[in-house]
Amino acid sequence: MAIEPLLSMRNIDKRFGNVAALIDASLEVRPAEVMGLIGQNGAGKSTMIKVLNGFCSRDSGEIAFAGRPWAASSPQVAQRGGVSTIFQEINLIPFRSVTENIYLGRELRNRIGFLDWRGMYKGARDLLAEFGVTVDVQAPLGEFSTAIQQMVAIARAVSFDAKLVVMDESTSSLDEQEVAVLFQTIQRLKSQGVAVVFVSHKLDELYKVCDRITIMRDGRTVAVAAMRDMTKLQLVATMLGRDLAEVRKQGATAFSAAATAAGEELLSLDNISVGRRVSGATLAVRRGEIVGLAGLLGSGRTETARAIFGADPHKGEIRYQGKPVEFSEPREAIAAGIGFCSEDRKHEGIIPGMSVRENLTLALLPALGRSGIVDETRQRAVVDRFIKDIGIKCASPEQRIRELSGGNQQKVMLARWLCMDPRLIIFDEPTRGIDVGAKAEIQKLIRRLANEGLGVLMVSSEIEEIVEGADRTFVLREGKTVAHLDRKDTTEGALLNAMAHGATA
Amino acid sequence: MSVNVEQPAAQPLRAAAFAPGLAFRRFGALIALALLIALNLAITPHFASEQTLSVNLTQICTIVIVGVGMTLVIATGGIDLSVGALMAIAGALAPAFFTGKLFHGGNLYVNIAFSIVVPVAVAGLFGLFNGWLVSRFRIQPIIATLILFIAGRGIAQVWTNGDLQVFKAPQFQAIAIGRVLGVPFQVWIMLVIVVVAAWVLRRTVFGRQVLAIGGNPAAARLAGVPVSRVTCLVYVISGLCSGVAGLIVIAMNSAADANLIGMGMELDAIAAVAVGGTLLSGGKATIFGTLLGAMIIQLVRYTLLANGVPDAAALVAKAVLIVLAVWLQQQELT
Repeated sequence: MAIEPLLSMRNIDKRFGNVAALIDASLEVRPAEVMGLIGQNGAGKSTMIKVLNGFCSRDSGEIAFAGRPWAASSPQVAQRGGVSTIFQEINLIPFRSVTENIYLGRELRNRIGFLDWRGMYKGARDLLAEFGVTVDVQAPLGEFSTAIQQMVAIARAVSFDAKLVVMDESTSSLDEQEVAVLFQTIQRLKSQGVAVVFVSHKLDELYKVCDRITIMRDGRTVAVAAMRDMTKLQLVATMLGRDLAEVRKQGATAFSAAATAAGEELLSLDNISVGRRVSGATLAVRRGEIVGLAGLLGSGRTETARAIFGADPHKGEIRYQGKPVEFSEPREAIAAGIGFCSEDRKHEGIIPGMSVRENLTLALLPALGRSGIVDETRQRAVVDRFIKDIGIKCASPEQRIRELSGGNQQKVMLARWLCMDPRLIIFDEPTRGIDVGAKAEIQKLIRRLANEGLGVLMVSSEIEEIVEGADRTFVLREGKTVAHLDRKDTTEGALLNAMAHGATA
Repeated sequence: MSVNVEQPAAQPLRAAAFAPGLAFRRFGALIALALLIALNLAITPHFASEQTLSVNLTQICTIVIVGVGMTLVIATGGIDLSVGALMAIAGALAPAFFTGKLFHGGNLYVNIAFSIVVPVAVAGLFGLFNGWLVSRFRIQPIIATLILFIAGRGIAQVWTNGDLQVFKAPQFQAIAIGRVLGVPFQVWIMLVIVVVAAWVLRRTVFGRQVLAIGGNPAAARLAGVPVSRVTCLVYVISGLCSGVAGLIVIAMNSAADANLIGMGMELDAIAAVAVGGTLLSGGKATIFGTLLGAMIIQLVRYTLLANGVPDAAALVAKAVLIVLAVWLQQQELT
């Protein structure tokens, strides 16, 4: 502990409007160390990194880097000061050459002020060779694989004489081999005395490459430990804020037990794969039950849900009502009686400028038409019924939906599917960004729907919601179903265990 | 003044609806037009005459007709630059039918029917091509329609060998210069198109889907809106409207000149749409607004010309109007 830290961020506070993004957060990195940084969505990882590299200002707190107070006003300034960040989406220019990307913003010039191409090509080649990469440095960057592009980004970062490199989910777009190359690079950086902050959601990767780990939750730093001193289970429990010593049922949600036994099978997925994120997802939903789909961030829950709904292409068999189906557009899934509430209500759910009435009946619209003309009497009747039935609080059906609270918007989304008389509804994070009262109402509604015979698939990253709400739960880990738990087996311990190790409890 | 104490809850809502700022945003175009007319009644000699009305309405007919299609395209978040070129194609095709060049000795009225239906349908097909590029290949609308903006006029010129086609066909030209109840027939065409389009946008499943796509395409798709089909269809409609406008132009001029028909029309139509209050990013559109927008632009120009201001200065006034309209839209977004 006597080692002087390279970076020390302490008591960092940051608010965005009314929302506290960081509360008394801290991060400490020693020279030549790989520090893992992990946390759920909204835990504050990205904000922490942005505060460090000057993308955002902090409200209060102290940052010291290499023994001196640190105040970067922009990522460029941070880079010159020795902190380079490689963002999740590689922020280089695909149409320009590898060399141009490496020298962007600090091009070499010859004596009469023209660009010194020969010098830059040689510099780029030498720099990449240090990382074991030999490519045509005059070719456009976009022609190379993501891994090579990532390497170029890292080489560029290091060539600024970086003492600290921040990698924000650098592996999310890489395949296994490419990840291996990246890890070699990290080891090489370490041997050159460069420290790395490594943000990732993949536990195995963290254990492979990190020396220490910082865990964040709800804007606070909740744990810092040597990687080898922390078990995966401890790590997941800390990240989700669960106390392992007393994993017990608390009754924190408004779900009640199923009133009726589940009926025949409605939906089944057999080893489907979706893009790069999901391979080997298996699950089944029966009539009248709530099936939970759990997993850490990036485990492929949303991708799986979208594939069922026909929003993204998949490989593998999906059976619905006993028959194999192949929905190529959400429209086809809707016609078959499926509804989908997206986790991203603002960008994929509401039409902000339209009224509650129009948002509620958007999917029903074709059925409300008589030879293409909207039957507005029927439309109003449907809207009035659902506003009353599920308690949507709005000034009038004509109020614009963007003026409603998150909970009421979510109820409108729910009503959009309920008025279709569906057989299966997929909820992706049904209670995200919703206040406590509305949350309980929505959870009660979901249970009521299942009791009325609907099949419900509920993606959630809230452990209580799964433990108390789901009749059965499937757990995804890195795109693969690793556990199938019945209600009686669905305990926090079992869930955390499956998320962490992939073993069935 | 009596105070209504029985319905306190209703008060804030009503107060908001009649707040001057909001009223101006919602009825801005109408208020501006009313002010312009009042101004002209005060300063322009002989303004309140049938002649003035007729001149101004015929000036805006083609702009409004094209503007209707443009409004629908913009409502989905797109844009159609090819409208002027499609007008040229329709205008260049038509004379071959009613002059009897294609069907010798046929019935004149059958030939005129062909000369209307075929060019409009062809313009619609070119619109389909635009829609296909935008919806199938997800090409940005400004680029996709730029193709026909450039090639369309070329196609029209090739068809006519670049020649000016002069004709005298009063039965055909009636679509522009004939009068019903003292009003030029083209004004009736414009009014019918405006009313039908406004009704379609307001009342039909298609119309609401157009606005949903413009408002949030990802959400619309996840709610089962046939995004590709609807997107494609608005470009077809825009093509059809351009075709009609192209025919009116040649009927008015007694001549078809592929080099000139619909020249600069895309920008006039977009200006009318913008001034009328349609959101250029999509999701909020008003067909009557486009009509009002075209009227305002025309009336400002007329006011200046009638009072001895040169046309060049009128162009600056037009630009100021567009800036004002866009500024008003910005106010609404915040």
